[in-house]
Amino acid sequence: MNIIMILYYLITAYLVFILGWNFIREKKSVNNLILMLLVLTPLILRLLRVK
Amino acid sequence: MKNEKRTKIILGIIFAALLITGGLPLWKHHHFRTPVVAGPGVTRVIHLSDFLPSLKGTVADTDVFVLEGREPGGKALVMAGTHPNEPAGELSAIIIIENAIVEKGTLFVIPTFNVSASRETKPGDGYPLYFDIPTPWGAKRFRMGNRDASPLEQWPDPDVYIHYPEKQLLSFLDIRNTNRTWPGRPNGLLMERVTFAAMELIRKNAVDVAVDMHGAETMFPVTNCIVAPEKSAKIAAMVSMTVKAMEGFDNHVEPSPENFRGLSHREIGDYSDALPFLLEAPLPFLDQPTGPKTEKLMLDGKDPFLLSLSRKKKLFVSYDENGWPMDKRVGQHTSVLLEIFRQYSKKFPEKAIRLSGVPRYAEIVKNGVGSWFHDPAKADPKSIYEE
Repeated sequence: MNIIMILYYLITAYLVFILGWNFIREKKSVNNLILMLLVLTPLILRLLRVK
Repeated sequence: MKNEKRTKIILGIIFAALLITGGLPLWKHHHFRTPVVAGPGVTRVIHLSDFLPSLKGTVADTDVFVLEGREPGGKALVMAGTHPNEPAGELSAIIIIENAIVEKGTLFVIPTFNVSASRETKPGDGYPLYFDIPTPWGAKRFRMGNRDASPLEQWPDPDVYIHYPEKQLLSFLDIRNTNRTWPGRPNGLLMERVTFAAMELIRKNAVDVAVDMHGAETMFPVTNCIVAPEKSAKIAAMVSMTVKAMEGFDNHVEPSPENFRGLSHREIGDYSDALPFLLEAPLPFLDQPTGPKTEKLMLDGKDPFLLSLSRKKKLFVSYDENGWPMDKRVGQHTSVLLEIFRQYSKKFPEKAIRLSGVPRYAEIVKNGVGSWFHDPAKADPKSIYEE
């Protein structure tokens, strides 16, 4: 795995963490919660090396 | 938001359920292996990484089945799975591995050239994940693959792919296409290293003939043909005429364009002494204006929209209600391959390549591809390789 790929996985993990954190902190909008989960989908699949 | 905690738990469960039901089939597909029974003709199995150690331990490494004859003669490399969404080549290669006996010369057979591409597919385009070939002992299952290597293994793509060493500008996507990265380089991206290792196999073993088996759309002019550069053209023409006269199917010759770089039929010829040939069997599954991309369409090649287009003379092959079944495509590949060896042997008797046990077109069309696959359950476990 080359350095760019490793950096990409680190960025992906960081985004997953941020989105997860925002999901926990979100108090007002159900729409925002659903949007966050939708955005998380490809990031988690990539982290798990599924797709 | 009312009942915040409960809402988040419910949404989380729904998300996890979707992720698991959507992701698990893809994960299983990625890890699915097809057993291949090495037949009596296989004398040893080596790896592509033997020719470029940096491939060892990567998904790009692949099995190379070596079939050595009793008599020395010419050497041939047979490649399939360069584009794993064109599986007739892979099935033909497995028929050879499981059945061929080489009498003179040496055969190197790679059934899964682009392993990474073979382990992903296009669920977004509705591709099936698997296809089953009926055999006398039950169905033999294969992974349906993709054209290009997975971004899981090679990423990021450049904005423009600059071919090495010819510096031609190609589509960014083709950096993951092992039929655009020939002749490759030892320190390049993963797919460039795959083709470089294959070039090393060809050069170090002084391979005389290299055949790359593919499939192509019926609406694409380069289909149902043998693509050959200048140095292979005479043999390709003889093969084309012979299969037409003796076996009754068309397989015309297409010249390998000098100014289109990165393709096996061009670069193998330019960067080694081998004579390259690329075989294209018609593959309706790849055509755009078809119905759903089902396993059935992959296997029988029957589609009402293509039939309608055929009546309007929009296809480059003859097409009727019988479609283009897998048996016909595999049969064409084996017959053309055997004919290439026969014509080469006639031209260079001292470097003849002679083999037996491989069925030709009529036999495969009559009995079905599955008739030549061996039951792994009854085979010696040491002879089984997972592809």
